[in-house]
Amino acid sequence: MDRMPAWADAVLVPLISILLAAAISALVILAIGENPVDAFTLMVEGALMRSSGWGYTLYYTTNFIFTGLCVAVAFHARMFNIGGEGQAMIGGLGVALACLFLPMPHWTLSLLVATFAAAAFGAAWAFVPAWLQARRGSHIVITTIMFNFIAAAVLNYVLVNLLRPAGAMDPASANFPETTHLPTFQDMFAAEGSALFRGAPANVTFFLAVLACIGVWVLIWRTRLGYEIRAFGQSESAARYAGISPVRTTVFAMLISGGLAGMMALNTTMGEAERLVMNATEGAGFIGIAVALMGRSHPAGVFLAALLFGFLYQGGAELALWTNIPRELITVIQALVILFTGALDNMVRMPLEKLFGALRRRDA
Amino acid sequence: MDFATILQVLDSTVRLATPLLLACLAGLFSERSGIIDIGLEGKMLAAAFLSAAIAATTGSVWWGLLAGIVGASLMSGIHGLASITFRGNQLISGVAINFLASGLTVLIAQDWFGQGGRTPSLMGGGRFESITLPLAETLRPVPVLGPIYAELISGHSILVYVAFLMVPATWWVLFRTRFGLRLRAVGEAPEAVDTAGVSVIGLRYAAIAICGLLCGLAGAYLATGLQAGFVREMTAGRGYIALAALIFAKWRPWYALYACLLFGLLQAVALRYQSIDLGGVVIPVQVMDALPYILTVVILAGFVGKAIPPRAGGEPYVKER
Repeated sequence: MDRMPAWADAVLVPLISILLAAAISALVILAIGENPVDAFTLMVEGALMRSSGWGYTLYYTTNFIFTGLCVAVAFHARMFNIGGEGQAMIGGLGVALACLFLPMPHWTLSLLVATFAAAAFGAAWAFVPAWLQARRGSHIVITTIMFNFIAAAVLNYVLVNLLRPAGAMDPASANFPETTHLPTFQDMFAAEGSALFRGAPANVTFFLAVLACIGVWVLIWRTRLGYEIRAFGQSESAARYAGISPVRTTVFAMLISGGLAGMMALNTTMGEAERLVMNATEGAGFIGIAVALMGRSHPAGVFLAALLFGFLYQGGAELALWTNIPRELITVIQALVILFTGALDNMVRMPLEKLFGALRRRDA
Repeated sequence: MDFATILQVLDSTVRLATPLLLACLAGLFSERSGIIDIGLEGKMLAAAFLSAAIAATTGSVWWGLLAGIVGASLMSGIHGLASITFRGNQLISGVAINFLASGLTVLIAQDWFGQGGRTPSLMGGGRFESITLPLAETLRPVPVLGPIYAELISGHSILVYVAFLMVPATWWVLFRTRFGLRLRAVGEAPEAVDTAGVSVIGLRYAAIAICGLLCGLAGAYLATGLQAGFVREMTAGRGYIALAALIFAKWRPWYALYACLLFGLLQAVALRYQSIDLGGVVIPVQVMDALPYILTVVILAGFVGKAIPPRAGGEPYVKER
């Protein structure tokens, strides 16, 4: 068998994929008459060389950890949850309702309540597609796509007709009360008068995201449910034969997946905007697909991939500010990463497998 | 609501249904051959941009149309490469194509025209003019039928008629030709087609090519017929509505026409009225926006007639050795 060692599968394949994506992106930058090296330097400076840059990078990272874990958990059960975007939108609705109507005396309690609300709303939005997949055999990819659009319509309706304060023009909820405001990195780490993390939106939710990574690792590799999810993902018939209920596993995997997507809204809605706005998710649900693919559905990989995309997002904003390269460059990079690590995986893998096979034969 | 208003809404239904119909038939060819295509949106977007850009620079809508078809076919080619040649995940490939088109169109438009990701507005020969069918004005005074002929049937651009003619054409190709039989077979049981000595890969690439062509027409119609120029994200989810229509139609051409007309009607009504008062019950516009998706979920759930996709859909074909 032409098989690769585990480290090559986990590190080398994603690395080559990302290099391919980077090379093509560089060609795109060249084609629109800019210098790729300058662009990269500018991105590094804007995203990593200043503490406020890090503040933005980690803010985006937080979003992508949640959505990346959301897609990753579903991947383990061999399901493609493309509905992270909609689940995060509805999660945002949960956060807003919790913050507006259940204000707690301290932010820690507010965060606790809002986390439950976000996870519950996100999970509820994932439940219907999950149940339809498990019970009625409707394809989860199509139903979750449809639920993204339905979520957008629901949010639109709620913001315009129900949550918008009287007299306000823009479709957004009222500002959340003071006690629900989460401490930002500036509040936590900067001394009085210091410029550390000034104005950056990164907040305490980042640590929640790191906890979620650990939680997902424990869930997938150290619990019975995680074992069932992986077994079901490897082979449905074998799992069924071993007495694992496909309906239960599908529904639970999707509930966890949706809950994680919903928790993303804590960062954007409670941590940053401090009110519910129309486009709070900004496509982070879809970036989760790229993050999970690149991170090979492992929480550590998801964390690193989310950090990379956080850097790309913040760096892309810098590029748009200082050069003629629009932010859409990041969408192109994201598409290339999805293409190479997801769809064209075999293009990278096949030559590598041949190479390792040849090396092994020579050793033997 | 009087007769003239109904006619106007139906007229706008026909216009809005056209891109849906073309994209839906594109998806039909692809999915009937076993290649799931959630990249319809991206292909349409690429075609819309290229057709508008070339029409704006050359001043000829026909060059624009050709460029649109080339653009959508290139995207189709990537999808084919990923899902047929390299046997990758077709869903992930489709997602990648949607983002690729969404990013590249704005990036190139900004570099090319410098108008914030738009193309210049198309004028004169850069757009598809509406065609007045023969005798439309002569027959207009005829009660009921006259206005229907003059307003609803006459006065659309050529691509609208092409789209509607594509329905019987698709039916004929799929159900009355040898190619169509093989195409449907390859989506159900590719191993049987392979055993018969017909190339699975060749058939699937043919389906992908037709899909690119039709998506090209759909995108070109959006940018040069329905509207005058490209704006960012101008497909606005139409590719997904077309996908919904395809499921709603259970992968059959005539039903695709009805589904697209229904979803076009919903769009037309949502465009014209903000909310509808049905004897005390007010339907908000958001319900109209969400209705195509809700209906598709209901159909998928199998409560109202089950939608069964082609059996080999989404499975890369690996030849037995």
